[in-house]
Amino acid sequence: MLSAFAAVLRRDLTLAWRGRADVLVTLAFFVVVVCLFPFGVGAETNQLRAIGPGVLWVAALLSTLLSLHRLFAQDHADGTLEQLLLTPEPAALWVTAKIAAHWIVTGLPLVVAAPLLALLFDVEQEALGVLTLSLALGTPILALLGAVGAALTLGLRGGGVLLALLVLPLYVPVLIFGAGAVDAFLGGVGATAHLLLLGGGLLGALALAPFACAAALRIAVE
Amino acid sequence: MQWESWSAFWDMGGSALYVWGSYAVTAACVAVELLLLFRRRSETARRLLRLRRAAPPGRPAAGGNEEKT
Amino acid sequence: MRDLNEKDLRGKSLMRFASPQVFYPVAGRFAPWFAAVAAVLAVAGLYVGFFVAPTDFQQGEVYRVIFIHVPAAWMSMFVYLVMAFWSAVGLVLNTRLSFMMARALAPTGAMFCFVALWTGALWGKPTWGTYWVWDARLTSQLLLLFLYLGYIALTEAIEDSRRADRAGAILALVGAVNVPIIYFSVQWWNTLHQGASVSLTKAPSMATTMLAGMLLMALAAWAYTFATAFWRVRSLILERERHTDWVGAELERLGSR
Repeated sequence: MLSAFAAVLRRDLTLAWRGRADVLVTLAFFVVVVCLFPFGVGAETNQLRAIGPGVLWVAALLSTLLSLHRLFAQDHADGTLEQLLLTPEPAALWVTAKIAAHWIVTGLPLVVAAPLLALLFDVEQEALGVLTLSLALGTPILALLGAVGAALTLGLRGGGVLLALLVLPLYVPVLIFGAGAVDAFLGGVGATAHLLLLGGGLLGALALAPFACAAALRIAVE
Repeated sequence: MQWESWSAFWDMGGSALYVWGSYAVTAACVAVELLLLFRRRSETARRLLRLRRAAPPGRPAAGGNEEKT
Repeated sequence: MRDLNEKDLRGKSLMRFASPQVFYPVAGRFAPWFAAVAAVLAVAGLYVGFFVAPTDFQQGEVYRVIFIHVPAAWMSMFVYLVMAFWSAVGLVLNTRLSFMMARALAPTGAMFCFVALWTGALWGKPTWGTYWVWDARLTSQLLLLFLYLGYIALTEAIEDSRRADRAGAILALVGAVNVPIIYFSVQWWNTLHQGASVSLTKAPSMATTMLAGMLLMALAAWAYTFATAFWRVRSLILERERHTDWVGAELERLGSR
């Protein structure tokens, strides 16, 4: 079973590497969106510092949404998805591998870039660790939940926007606890509770989302 | 009846806009929903009937080609 | 497609109502009754709300919005749970009528959700000064509306009815699991940012008459939902089962009216 997981993971990572421009676009979008906010709200440092963590989180959320179409579209188009569904391996297993590969390629760069971008907002240095950790825990949850939405909307016209509508309400708790972690840390309350909740959410999503995703894929493909 | 007069009732202690605004919008929503519901039903029935008459399922085209309107 | 024959219909188990053909006339007979009950209960509830319930000590007359706001909010959540229930039944038992019921309920649930938001805003303006406050309950209600709209959008976007039913069912279940999570997280977020002061649904300490009015309106809303869901599912049944003989006969009957 582990070899199936590793095989799918390795395949998806290889494919992503070959099309790495696609991946960099997600990161570029993240940076651009973050940089838009000062133009919208004004460059006053105190204000930017206050909204910084929230802005980074929302931008990460939107970038994740935009990149979700890559998750199943290519495999659906060339028939690989049906083949994968026909294998005796439990679908939840290789679905998790695909989502993991997707996160490594699109989510992880955001986590790495975020502390650097946070400096643009003059977010306090000591909060950068919490920010990075909150994103590291949160972006996989976003990928897992988003995968379910991507599977449900597979191949539909107007799928991207529909996907956003479906998935954004589910993203709100992640956003609340993720951005809230940084605010709590800066407010002196400590981010432990938030981060623990995010961690719990990640475990829950890991346990449940692949099954929902696999079920949705079967429905979409049959 | 606890209202001194009908005008006091309509006035709702000054919050007429909010109270009657709420009830009016609710009544409108219910009316619109029911309207859409019944319109959908008659349109569906009409459309399906037309489709059935044009291409009867599993039956040979019997009785000539006149379409009843 | 073979219609049910007398032998099938004579069976006594409840499962026979899972057949669209059996359920169609049943729904048709009950829906008008539910609608009538809803109308009567609504009149009673409004009478109690406006002519029996006293003026509130703190909020004056504007509190009377609760006779719509609270029942609408309750129903919007209850209908979503019922939708999730029928979705689960459909996925487990593979009965298409269950999926059709879920789809028939969604627009009414969304309507109640919208009404709850609108009346909440109109209640908020005179009491709290702004049309919108990011109160935990109102914000959760807003997200619930998005869940409803997402369900309706997804089921309408998929042309194949079987895929639409099942995809919608999965979405409804995922949403149902998330509703408590969303509610909890929004409440957490709200208390941290605003302190405990803002809570639109702190209804005035309930005089019995106020509670009675609210309950009557809630029951009216419940009956109304039954009526609209039954009527809507009848249209869905006609659409889905359009290739059967019994639907053909029914369509002819409707066409000749």
